[in-house]
Amino acid sequence: MTEKQSLWNPVILRQAVIGSFTKLDPRLMVKNPVMLVVEAGSLLTTALLVVDALHHRPGFRFDLQITLWLWFTVLFANFAEAIAEGRGKAQADTLRKAKGETMAYRYRPDGSFEAVSSAALRTGDVIKVEAGQFIAGDGEVVEGVASVDESAITGESAPVIREAGGDRSAVTGGTRVLSDWIKIRITSNPGETFLDRMIALVEGASRQKTPNEIALSILLSGLTIIFLLAVATLQPFAIYSHAPQTMFVLVSLLVCLIPTTIGGLLSAIGIAGMDRLVQYNVLAMSGRAVEAAGDVNTLLLDKTGTITLGNRQATEFFAAPGISTERLADAAQLASLSDETPEGRSIVVLAKEKYNLRGRDLTHMRAEFVAFTAQTRMSGVDLPGTSIRKGSADAIARYLEQQGSSMPRKVTDKVEEIARLGGTPLVVAENETALGVVYLKDIVKGGLSERLARLRAMGIRTIMITGDNPLTAAVIAREAGVDDFLAEAKPKDKMDLIKLEQSKGKLVAMTGDGTNDAPALAQADVGVAMNSGTQAAKEAGNMVDLDSNPTKLIEIVEIGKQLLMTRGALTTFSIANDVAKYFAIIPAMFAGVFPVLNALNVMHLATPHSAILSAVIFNALIIIALVPLALRGVRYEPKSAQALLRRNLLVYGVGGIIVPFLGIKLIDVVINSLHLV
Amino acid sequence: MKKTLFISIRFTLLTAVLLGVAYPLAVTAFAHYAMPRQADGSLLSVDGHIAGSQLIGQQFTGDRYFHGRPSAAGNGYDATSSGGSNFAQSNAKLVARINHDAAEDAARTGKPAPIDLVTASASGLDPDITPAGALYQVNRVAEARHMDPQQLRSLVEAHITGRQFGFLGEPRVNVLELNLALDQSSR
Amino acid sequence: MTPNGWLQFLVFFAALLLLSRPLGIYIAHVIEGGKTFLDPVLRPIERLIYRISGIEAEEMNWREYAGAMLLFSFASLALTYLVERAQHFLPWNPQHLPGVAADLAWNTAASFTTNTNWQAYTPESTMSYFTQMVGLAYHNFLSAAVGIAVAIALVRGIIRKQSASIGNFWVDITRTTLYLLLPLCLLLAPVLIEQGVVQNLKPYTAVSTLDHGQQTLAQGPVASQEAIKMLGTNGGGFFNANSSHPFENPTPLTNFLEMLSIFLIPAALVFALGEMTGSPGHGRAVFASMAMLFIAGFLTIYWAESQPHPLLHHVDQHVSALQSGGNMEGKEVRFGISQSALFAAATTDASCGAVNSMHDSFTPLGGMVTLVNIMLGEIVFGGVGSGLYGILIYVVLSVFIAGLMVGRTPEYLGKKIESFDVKMAMLYVLIFPLIILVLTAISLLSPMGLGSLNNSGPHGLTEILYAFTSAAGNNGSAFAGLSANTHWYNYSLGFAMLIGRFLMMVPVLALAGNLAQKKSVPPSHGTFPVNTALFSLLLTGIILIVGALTFFPALSLGPVLEHLLLHAGHLF
Repeated sequence: MTEKQSLWNPVILRQAVIGSFTKLDPRLMVKNPVMLVVEAGSLLTTALLVVDALHHRPGFRFDLQITLWLWFTVLFANFAEAIAEGRGKAQADTLRKAKGETMAYRYRPDGSFEAVSSAALRTGDVIKVEAGQFIAGDGEVVEGVASVDESAITGESAPVIREAGGDRSAVTGGTRVLSDWIKIRITSNPGETFLDRMIALVEGASRQKTPNEIALSILLSGLTIIFLLAVATLQPFAIYSHAPQTMFVLVSLLVCLIPTTIGGLLSAIGIAGMDRLVQYNVLAMSGRAVEAAGDVNTLLLDKTGTITLGNRQATEFFAAPGISTERLADAAQLASLSDETPEGRSIVVLAKEKYNLRGRDLTHMRAEFVAFTAQTRMSGVDLPGTSIRKGSADAIARYLEQQGSSMPRKVTDKVEEIARLGGTPLVVAENETALGVVYLKDIVKGGLSERLARLRAMGIRTIMITGDNPLTAAVIAREAGVDDFLAEAKPKDKMDLIKLEQSKGKLVAMTGDGTNDAPALAQADVGVAMNSGTQAAKEAGNMVDLDSNPTKLIEIVEIGKQLLMTRGALTTFSIANDVAKYFAIIPAMFAGVFPVLNALNVMHLATPHSAILSAVIFNALIIIALVPLALRGVRYEPKSAQALLRRNLLVYGVGGIIVPFLGIKLIDVVINSLHLV
Repeated sequence: MKKTLFISIRFTLLTAVLLGVAYPLAVTAFAHYAMPRQADGSLLSVDGHIAGSQLIGQQFTGDRYFHGRPSAAGNGYDATSSGGSNFAQSNAKLVARINHDAAEDAARTGKPAPIDLVTASASGLDPDITPAGALYQVNRVAEARHMDPQQLRSLVEAHITGRQFGFLGEPRVNVLELNLALDQSSR
Repeated sequence: MTPNGWLQFLVFFAALLLLSRPLGIYIAHVIEGGKTFLDPVLRPIERLIYRISGIEAEEMNWREYAGAMLLFSFASLALTYLVERAQHFLPWNPQHLPGVAADLAWNTAASFTTNTNWQAYTPESTMSYFTQMVGLAYHNFLSAAVGIAVAIALVRGIIRKQSASIGNFWVDITRTTLYLLLPLCLLLAPVLIEQGVVQNLKPYTAVSTLDHGQQTLAQGPVASQEAIKMLGTNGGGFFNANSSHPFENPTPLTNFLEMLSIFLIPAALVFALGEMTGSPGHGRAVFASMAMLFIAGFLTIYWAESQPHPLLHHVDQHVSALQSGGNMEGKEVRFGISQSALFAAATTDASCGAVNSMHDSFTPLGGMVTLVNIMLGEIVFGGVGSGLYGILIYVVLSVFIAGLMVGRTPEYLGKKIESFDVKMAMLYVLIFPLIILVLTAISLLSPMGLGSLNNSGPHGLTEILYAFTSAAGNNGSAFAGLSANTHWYNYSLGFAMLIGRFLMMVPVLALAGNLAQKKSVPPSHGTFPVNTALFSLLLTGIILIVGALTFFPALSLGPVLEHLLLHAGHLF
């Protein structure tokens, strides 16, 4: 699924062309009042055209072209929707292949197996899946550990571990066990599985209009009625002025004025927005959630795994009095050379970077590695004549006591200071001498502070949630650049924080994976569950991140915003276009009777017929021209609302006024050089 | 609903008495005692009878008087039927009327007529003409009254009311007052 | 266009700025029951009104508020209708005028109840003093108070959080009348009288004119009515010639004060909006939008009316020290071009409708601006109250579009703008052109519509269009050449006025109620600010685009065509 669908994939294109025609069905058109009006207009002109032809009326060529272009307008709008849907359909097909029908080994109450089809599985059944088999349905691992290939859903080829208990117990139907075996309790009935929902989502089958989309549709319908009025009453005005118009001209004016550009692209924008999320490997359970993401005010981020790397790293050496830092670094590195933990590796790296101490061949030195045990809570290395130990201050103090020595005061102070700052102090001792302290620190993920700054620019406040003490939390918070933190947090505190923020009218987003996150995920306005998380978490959230990447919320927010911006921008563009269309059509309508009105023909369009036809053609072509924009979304940059609006008003508002003047003029030149009218 | 209806009726009647009767009567009483001249219409008396209002224009014909502007109020300066001509600028009757009047004036004076003398005012009761409009008529009136045009010009200039506070409105000449002064000076 | 004309405009605008802000703060204070220095006098009267009327000052939800507003308007409409019909049985009728005909009485009652003050009659020969006072001037107060109340209710909807109610209608109109309208009238009326506005209950005065003619001077309690006519943006003249009549508007000073009175409360309400919402910057931004539209309109009228008529011969139309030149048909000498243009801009921007010059005789483009001012929806300061709620509807639409463009669910001062809000706003925007265009179209096709025309050609179309625009916009000014005292126009215009008032107020109150019950979202960096110059520009742009797109075809066949034809030498 990660492979991007090309915009003009020939298969999709062909289906879209067919779809453009099947969507002409008025029962489908009713959902889009703007285009329904265009279709009604097209039908009307078609009927009149037949009458024209039967009576050999003059002006048939013009009327025919107008009618054709009116139909094209409807078809182009249908095409936009069809192509947006087509991209989703292609993805759904890939998913369906993964779904297939598989066999499952279901436990009978007596403990024996029976082989059943996946379609026969019901919630509560327990099945066994062995290496090489597909998992027949969504469920929870109740026994065993296995590596699972989830590439069919996530596109990620590296296998993941699924095990009973804990937060990595959820498995998805359609994925494949690679090694070992697991016992799974099925949690969904056929047709309601995650895969089923996913297929429905990407296909857009269950797509409902989102709140903002409904509001915008009302605005567009209102404008359509206003223009319907303006055009319908124009005929009496024209009759009074002894300049009555043909129905072809009136329908042309109407279709040019009503917001067909946005009306034709509105549903495509919505479908494409969901589709973009899917491309980021995020499944939104509803369009409403995507819109809410654009509105998020507060973002809750777990510290561990989201803000910091899961592990601490050595950042500094503090030597004891009388000991050179080089000696401390050297000893610490020696003690860590065989330590494969991330902390141990980070000490080696730090010593190398700071003091250019290179790793040495331990076997050559006849060194013996002393591994960490729960009893000693130290690790180290024994060399001939020297033994080096590193460990927590308590452990080393006990070790030194055994050697008949003690920790120097300075070292104890440093240990306390580091602890206060939120770091982990690691004391290094050589024989009976404490050499000093290694400062292990939580490391903020690379690039995170830039991403958080991006969020701040969008007006989103970030709050870090951590079980650490407030002091530690404050240090990390400052370093990461979050706006606030909640220290010593228990699951209930998280819930309370969400409710508190919501009571202030804010929208809260969070990510979570554990079962104990589920209530908070459900409470949050945007709850993104990690795909690696428990079934409970996935049920509670309104989005699932297949990559289980907590910082992806940023992309989700951006897509939500982009979705609204695209609608707003195209609405503005569509309405701004009308100015030029008036200047093309109104003088053309009446210049025959009142040549003075040619003063309004600022584009100097050649003839009344070519002017009207040019406007209609422009109106139809602009829909096609804007399909890529509708599918891609307008560019989003994290700027202040003021700056965004200024830019979009300039591009789509002012641009929307200017572009049609140029476009209509150009089309007029082409039409006349081809002698079409 | 029923309660609201009762409140509506009582409130309507009560406020009608307060705002429709008490308020205007109070202002009338105040005006009557404080500013009776203005309250009754700034009337001008000549020889004990009311010769008109200082604020309301009158119809003047003949060459002996300065003329006011064409009036569309009734048959001209009808103060019970105030109003303008409401002719559009594109109305052929308007253009014909103005061009006709202006041509007559121009034929007599050899100069184009000031616009206010050939256009109907909004109220039909405009008491004023522009200084240009007054000076334009000096020669005609002087001739009819056998007066020295220069002397008459001074009389007109003395009757020019400047802008209020030096900047509000336009300079103007009150036709009735000018004609009254004219009658007095030539008596 | 003269330096003195510019100076008058600048002084006018400066005075407006100077006075409207403090008044706005006063309104914000007084409307929520705050104490004032007038309390010792007015508080007892206020209590008495509540007691006698049976008003309990409890909070109302929007349906109750709208219900009370409609019932009261209906009751007061009935009062005026009855007074008109029975005026020959009532006192203060020194001219012994007969009862008013049914269709005219209905039209007039609708007209004054809706703050339109369209006048299909010649007052000095139709309405007795009693009718003018009790039937008409009375409405000048209360229709204004109703407008202000609805606007304040909408503002409450914006500022209240999760509230079911939007205030008490009776308290709002009572306090508006007593603490705002009445005191201002009592200040203005004496100045008007001092300058020459009449105020008496005497019979009309018979005059033997200097040139041996007869003249009858219409009299009446004019100053008291003139004050509220301007302050309440009513505009219904005591005399047919309205504010061009020397007894209504005798001097340039009264003209200046009358123009100022038109804009005073509408402008103050914009500052009250800033004050009540705790965002004075927003008030200023809305004011700036209105000011831009007003100035643009004024300058266009001033320029157009200063132009010489292309087809006049032997006429001196040029501006000089001795005359203001330009188009003087239907204008008074004491006001000249500049004060006439300024008055025309103000009276059509605000839904006042008083005139000191005849818009029908304006140049095509000058007249078009007065028409366009109304077509924009009476939101350039607008009618008292109706201007504020009208522009707030456009603010909601602007915020909606702007909100989408910055990628957030649109929110206005913390309130999310959702589909119901957009629906009400669109309903408001839709009803207005619906009435105007449909009724104009019917009139243009029917003998009963065309029979009343005073001018033909494109200007005839404009006359009818202006009438329905004025009625739907509750303005009341007219291209007065149209003989509107016919069955068709009396009924259709009355209908247009009622719809243009109440069918637009109800969505406003529904919007107020819906906003009030919402949570308030705190502003963030991602929220589009509504107190900036960019916002003012956007709001102005949306108003212009919606207005222009709706009416461009009609205007192109009316004033635009007339202008082009006139300059090509065509007359009708």
